[in-house]
Amino acid sequence: MTTQVLDSHDHHDHDAEASAKVVFGFWVYILSDCILFSMIFATYAVLHNNTYGGPGAHELFTNMPYVLIETFILLTSSFTYGLAMLGAHKGNKNQLLIWLFVTFILGVSFICMELNEFHNLISEGNGPQRSAFLSSFFTLVGTHGLHVTCGLIWMILLILQVSKHGITSITTRKLTCLSLFWHFLDIVWIFVFTIVYLMGAM
Amino acid sequence: MSQKTHDANHGTQKSYIIGFILSILLTIIPYSLVVNHLLVGDSQIIAVVILGIIQLLVQLIFFLHLSSHPSQRWNLITFSFTVLIVVILVIGSLWIMYNMNYNMMEHAN
Repeated sequence: MTTQVLDSHDHHDHDAEASAKVVFGFWVYILSDCILFSMIFATYAVLHNNTYGGPGAHELFTNMPYVLIETFILLTSSFTYGLAMLGAHKGNKNQLLIWLFVTFILGVSFICMELNEFHNLISEGNGPQRSAFLSSFFTLVGTHGLHVTCGLIWMILLILQVSKHGITSITTRKLTCLSLFWHFLDIVWIFVFTIVYLMGAM
Repeated sequence: MSQKTHDANHGTQKSYIIGFILSILLTIIPYSLVVNHLLVGDSQIIAVVILGIIQLLVQLIFFLHLSSHPSQRWNLITFSFTVLIVVILVIGSLWIMYNMNYNMMEHAN
């Protein structure tokens, strides 16, 4: 996340400036994604009582420890991604790859838990077509899950690139963009956890 | 790049650990408030929302390294603008939809 203007004109600084612009551009994308999520949250907030005689949040989200574990997994993956970035800035390729892999495994566990939850809801007849509340729930949590899945695919590609090319200015730039994306998804999940699950369980 | 600028842009091991511990705490506290029914009514919602906002700030500062540092100026300006847009969109939508629901019910009665 650098946008500083560097005054010297040697090659390295020129690279750094170009990278800073790319990362800033990606930051602007993240912010636009933030607006997308805010609208899906608003939709959920408007529709969460429209259960069409079906179960509401209070009846459906009873397995709170499960959601807590999901949250811990995602928070931990954000932390391990941070450790991977520290490895990248130190030029320590092994530290980078190990923590990136740990982050990937945590991300996959999160997606598996979410798919399992979706599967249970749908098999009990509470799929997205059941009510406006469930449509908005699946849209919100599904969009987040889709973002995490994209992040995971990107992470695999970066693991391959780093193991092939090492820590270069290009791989560092890509890792920085993914780190913004990954921490952003963590923040979105905090809101899902608070608004959907905690407020639903009240 | 000075060490300070360097740290401002991607954090240190210490800042990540502090951020991680804070984020875990800020998850456990609202969780136990809700699951154990420690608060009732509106105070529960207010507590959970405030803790959620603190959690957001912790994530922004310790993981996304958003700060008032000069190198972060444009990130902060664009972020503030997005917050403004999000607030207008979300509060506006909820306000309109609440009033619409309310008026529809009046009509039905």
